[in-house]
Amino acid sequence: MPKTATRPALVQPIPKSPTGIQGLDEITGGGLPRGRPTLVCGGPGCGKTILSMEFLINGARKFGEPGVFLSFEESIDDLTANFASLGLDPRPLSARKKLSLDYVRIEPNEIQETGAYDLDGLFIRLDHAINSVGAKRVVLDTIETLFSGLSDTRVLRAELRRLFDWLRTKGVTAIVTGERGDGGMTRHGLEEYITDCVIMLDHRVVEQNATRRLRVVKYRGSTHGANESPFFIDESGLSVLPIASLGLQHKVSPGRLSTGVQDLDAMLGKKGYFRGSSILVSGSAGTGKTSLAGYFAEAACRRREPALYFAFEESAAQIVRNLRSIGLDLEPCLRKSLLQIHAARPTTSGLEGHLSAMHRLIEENKPRVVVVDPISNLISVGTSIEVKAMLARLIDFMKVKEMTALFTSLTIDDGHPEGTDVGISSFMDTWLVLRNIEMNGERTRTLDVIKSRGMAHSNQVREFLLTSKGLKLLGVVRHEGRVLIGSERTAHAEPR
Amino acid sequence: MSPKSVRRAPKPRRTKKAADFFELRLYVAGQTARSLTAIANLQRICDQHLEGRYRMEVIDLLDRPQLARGDQILALPTLVRKLPEPIRKLVGDLSDTERALVGLDLRPRSSGKS
Repeated sequence: MPKTATRPALVQPIPKSPTGIQGLDEITGGGLPRGRPTLVCGGPGCGKTILSMEFLINGARKFGEPGVFLSFEESIDDLTANFASLGLDPRPLSARKKLSLDYVRIEPNEIQETGAYDLDGLFIRLDHAINSVGAKRVVLDTIETLFSGLSDTRVLRAELRRLFDWLRTKGVTAIVTGERGDGGMTRHGLEEYITDCVIMLDHRVVEQNATRRLRVVKYRGSTHGANESPFFIDESGLSVLPIASLGLQHKVSPGRLSTGVQDLDAMLGKKGYFRGSSILVSGSAGTGKTSLAGYFAEAACRRREPALYFAFEESAAQIVRNLRSIGLDLEPCLRKSLLQIHAARPTTSGLEGHLSAMHRLIEENKPRVVVVDPISNLISVGTSIEVKAMLARLIDFMKVKEMTALFTSLTIDDGHPEGTDVGISSFMDTWLVLRNIEMNGERTRTLDVIKSRGMAHSNQVREFLLTSKGLKLLGVVRHEGRVLIGSERTAHAEPR
Repeated sequence: MSPKSVRRAPKPRRTKKAADFFELRLYVAGQTARSLTAIANLQRICDQHLEGRYRMEVIDLLDRPQLARGDQILALPTLVRKLPEPIRKLVGDLSDTERALVGLDLRPRSSGKS
């Protein structure tokens, strides 16, 4: 259709069928093309079948669209067991005639070819299944298995083309899955026949960590996100984390809560952070990030609010011991179960594994305050754009739940921590930067508030002391137009 | 289907007969030229090789689509040899008599024509 190609402005938005899969509908702008086949391809174990099944189950449960699942690989019993383990039990839907499962078994050594044939048997079977439940959605998983049973590929190709055309005239929204091939997206070039929408899944291992990715390769007549998006599969099914999607529709709270450090509260309009906001504390090694995080968590416990601490660098015991040296005892909070510390090495699971574990723990414990210490360590798991996407999702999720979250970030360049964290800082409402300043043969810690949305805040750089009695921020001492820190300040304050 | 693992009951008299008896089911869709060719070819093979020891049934899936599932029918026409066991499936209109006979075990498999 060269006409539409030259006049894209006139293209009508095409009707879509929502998948009901978290994130996927956002990327595709509403779902899969209604009444058309979509190709979902990827290697073995990439999640094709789960995506397909969830599409059908959501269709039947949420959107009033019955479905047909035609499996060429797994028997009905195997399929049912697989999906029951994901919390997607197809049986009740089958019983209510909202779903039809059929297993097409192909035994290559049982079949002898004796002359001309076509695939009318498959058409009739599918047609019968569609009519028996009034299906609006169809899944064919994985149709390429046919090539292993029937040798006449010329006939098969012609028949597949006819099948996809027939599906279009039937007006069903279909998912056709295909295994990744050497030369192309699929082993037998299904992408030549299904050009309406192509979604590619990938399950790859990067530095021993398995991560899943989804990409919409093609979507005729629609805009779509072209990025690779991480996705994960857990007990509740599949969710995709769109890189660019941030739902900015959460409630905002005017309530404030203490930072746990009196002097810091004072810098933030005397009241501390906003409830439900996100806070980034960046700084290089040994600047006191974990100390600030610890005081913040302890303050929550003192208000009898549950706090959840994700530690990606130190064990729980180590955090408790170290914070004791600056006059902070987390032991009582832990004993009363107000504080929970979850320590894990970032490399123990893939990015999506971390995210799903964090989601689950937050759902289970319903904390009011969450600490992630440090978020920068997750970068060792994924590349930083993925961390950003993951963070966006997590922040979004916590904001909706009105949880206040504090993230620490280890920066390398002491002089300009803003440089390394600028990417994630835009998600943050308050950004504190800790520095080690080396001057006059000594090192002095400083703290300043780079930003704090929606509140009056101090713009001064304060000297930040970690003492055995707690954290202190020293007032600014000016002398001859300079701010004095370290021993210069002391010298100035106590003139000889 | 080796009877070795099964309890060795006294062999019923019809065993030998059963091994000789062919139960054939031909699946087609409508009265198309291809369907008619397949039926004619099957009839000819039966007449020539299975006289008096076969039963043949033609199933039109357009009339009874629900039957496609039971015998795992995909391609049409498909001939299913239900008996003697094991079950065999022959796909196509049976124009290739040699392959049809091999598929039905009426010719040895290694009939290499040099």
